[in-house]
Amino acid sequence: MAADPKQVSADVSVPPSKPAFWNDPAWRAIFFQVLVLVGVVVFAAFLVRNTLHNMESRGISSGFDFLSKTAGFSIGETHFGISYTEENSYGKTFIVGLMNTIWVSMWGVFLATILGFIIGVMRLSTNWLVSKLAMVYIETIRNIPLLLQIFFWYFAILRPLPGPRGSIQLSFPIINFTHLIITVLVSAAAIFLLWWIGVKKRYDADQKAMPLWMLVIASVVTVLIIGNVVSLVTGFGLVAQWNESFFLNNRGLSYPQPIPEEGFAITGWAVAIGVVAAFFVRRWAKKRQDETGEQFPVFLASLGLIIGLPLVIFIFSGLPLHFDYPKLTGFNFTGGSVLTPEFISLLLALSFYTASFIAEIVRAGINAVSHGQTEAARAVGLRANPILRLVIIPQALRVIIPPLTSQYLNLTKNSSLAAAIAYPDIVLVFAGTTLMQTGQAVEIIAMTMAVYLTLSLLISTFMNWYNEKMALVER
Amino acid sequence: MADAAQNHIVGEHPDLLPPKTEVGVWGWMYHNLFSSPLNNFLTFFGLFLIWVTIPPMIDWLFIDADWVGETRDDCGREGACWIYIGVWFKQLMYGRYPDEDLWRINSMYIIGAIGLIWLVWPNLKYKGWIGVFMLFLFPVACYFMFSGGSFGLERIETPLWGGLFLTLVIAVVGIVASLPIGIVLALGRQSKNMPVIRAICVGFIELWRGVPLITVLFMASVMFPLFLPEGMNFDKLIRALVGVMLFSAAYMAEVVRGGLQAIPKGQYEAADSLGLSYWKSMALIVLPQALKIVIPGIVNTFIGLFKDTTLVLIIGLFDFLGMAQAVATNPDWLGFAVEGYVFVAFGFWVFCFGMSRYSQYLEEKLHTGHKR
Repeated sequence: MAADPKQVSADVSVPPSKPAFWNDPAWRAIFFQVLVLVGVVVFAAFLVRNTLHNMESRGISSGFDFLSKTAGFSIGETHFGISYTEENSYGKTFIVGLMNTIWVSMWGVFLATILGFIIGVMRLSTNWLVSKLAMVYIETIRNIPLLLQIFFWYFAILRPLPGPRGSIQLSFPIINFTHLIITVLVSAAAIFLLWWIGVKKRYDADQKAMPLWMLVIASVVTVLIIGNVVSLVTGFGLVAQWNESFFLNNRGLSYPQPIPEEGFAITGWAVAIGVVAAFFVRRWAKKRQDETGEQFPVFLASLGLIIGLPLVIFIFSGLPLHFDYPKLTGFNFTGGSVLTPEFISLLLALSFYTASFIAEIVRAGINAVSHGQTEAARAVGLRANPILRLVIIPQALRVIIPPLTSQYLNLTKNSSLAAAIAYPDIVLVFAGTTLMQTGQAVEIIAMTMAVYLTLSLLISTFMNWYNEKMALVER
Repeated sequence: MADAAQNHIVGEHPDLLPPKTEVGVWGWMYHNLFSSPLNNFLTFFGLFLIWVTIPPMIDWLFIDADWVGETRDDCGREGACWIYIGVWFKQLMYGRYPDEDLWRINSMYIIGAIGLIWLVWPNLKYKGWIGVFMLFLFPVACYFMFSGGSFGLERIETPLWGGLFLTLVIAVVGIVASLPIGIVLALGRQSKNMPVIRAICVGFIELWRGVPLITVLFMASVMFPLFLPEGMNFDKLIRALVGVMLFSAAYMAEVVRGGLQAIPKGQYEAADSLGLSYWKSMALIVLPQALKIVIPGIVNTFIGLFKDTTLVLIIGLFDFLGMAQAVATNPDWLGFAVEGYVFVAFGFWVFCFGMSRYSQYLEEKLHTGHKR
């Protein structure tokens, strides 16, 4: 049996044995996916069939026609200038609830961020007492359920307050603007003179300059003296009168509402112009620093443009703004604006609770910046403030932003606890009252969930964009 | 002294004490409380805050409080009325569970506590078996003990369940059930070659994570009855449990995914090269490592879930907080809501703080990498 060359080559070229198709990962993957898909579809069909059958047998109508029907119930508070009455439709109810949710979440995010950053920095303070106080706050607040905190503010603090007649009052002085302006201008000139003589001239002459604390004390004394002199000369004091402006009672917090008069629009325009101008100043300053290395006090200039310019215009256009003060008439307050106890409790509980988490995030973020970065920054000759602003904060923000986003999402979702104390958010007025009245559970729950999903998506998209902007640009 | 410091022979140090401002109590205070004008101010401000908050709080909580008595007339109005808590203690702990059957709950508490301590205590033997018992046998035993209806135990309907007992039931069921579902979802989300399964898992996880628990509970209470075939119905507690389970499973899936992503690719490849099947490689190689990494994350999820169980009061279940709310409206005992809240807050705080400390301890123990 001489080996046939053809036979041999045929033996060699036998392809590697292919696994049976039921052992092939690719086939298996397809098989399992089809199996799962069929399972999911069958399950969904089962649910849909049951739901349709149950709805028919219980006489529940389907579809979104109910949105145009008259709601017939009133809502305690509306925001963003929306007006709502009993004659409005369920669709309007939905909008009002949504806006109330957005309103409380917005303020909650704002307050929680500020409080959280302050407490996070306190936690890192070298002052032992401050750091421990922050720790006690964090460990207490974040280990107590949010709903309990909402109840505490609402049922234990705000509801037992006395009625409107026994309100807790807070008076605020009405400032005499002429007096204020004269005092500020004269004092500024005097303090500048003090600085010129005590610090600048002596420094230039290589003499020992006046220490800072002495300058501060001298300035305060100067301001006090000038204020009193102005009072003596003009014959009226800084405070025109004390006006009772804040009233806290079991119907909420009444506060004076600013009402713009004719001509206030100019101040508004001044703010817009200031913002645009500040933007251009910043661009110009950056270009100049890139070209010549000279720095320009951008922050101060922007502050002057955005706040100072409108303020000057506001003053010279004759202060076109007055306050509508709440007044007790009969058994309730008229005038001014009111923050309801529901809104206050929800906002306080949400902000305090979320702030305790944000504080920990901030602490972790700042701790994550290695100490070598600070040392390196010092070695290049930066001072404390630029080190913080240019080296530490940008790097800490990279660590802080992703978990901060999820805290914002949590806060928005947690605002749904409003339903427990009857703040009219979307869950209460739409998934609660509207559902009870129409019985269209599927559509209403689906719409409510869709709202929260959309809000989550919007917040995370925005924060991702911001995160990308802040992220490390690597080579 | 200054002379002595200057005139010593090189290499021989004079025996000088360190400056007073550097050592001892004064040194500590100088460095930690009064190191700069700002710190001085902050220290005094902090002391002022403590002065205005702590003494009145202690007065209210302990000194002026009323501890003994039976009725509300025994309570003065200056301090806290702990008689109120004493009178309603059974309701706050067990809801309306019948008195003569409380031993059923208490005995399971004791068994559960022993099992948990065994698992948590370092360096004890048979942890694996105890873990299996706690995860599989114990919940089943609890079910039969609590609801009864067999083994000669009287049936006790769930509307009678309440208080801290109900809170614990919901939280433990939520966490025990959500872990396996979460693992499956996380594996599905990580599967590279099955896009359909991945899409389904991603959709499921993101849907539940994107909505608040309260809407899930609303859905469980008003929509589940519509989903079921006619004539079939579950009681309210089961519906709430299903909602909590789905919700926490989505969060658990994300925690587990974090662990899966932290396992180096080499581990997966090594398992493949040994010829292990997918499930074997996951069960023997990947998951043991991944789950170990994310134990702190799991504990944190549990803390969150434990606090979130209070939401069930919105759909009409009387958990710990719900019970406190309910007894606060008792006409004989109006005006003691604060005491109830303080008690419930303390209860939750003890559990959550304990768990968070444990998770920190674990993090420290499991941290084998580089640390300064």
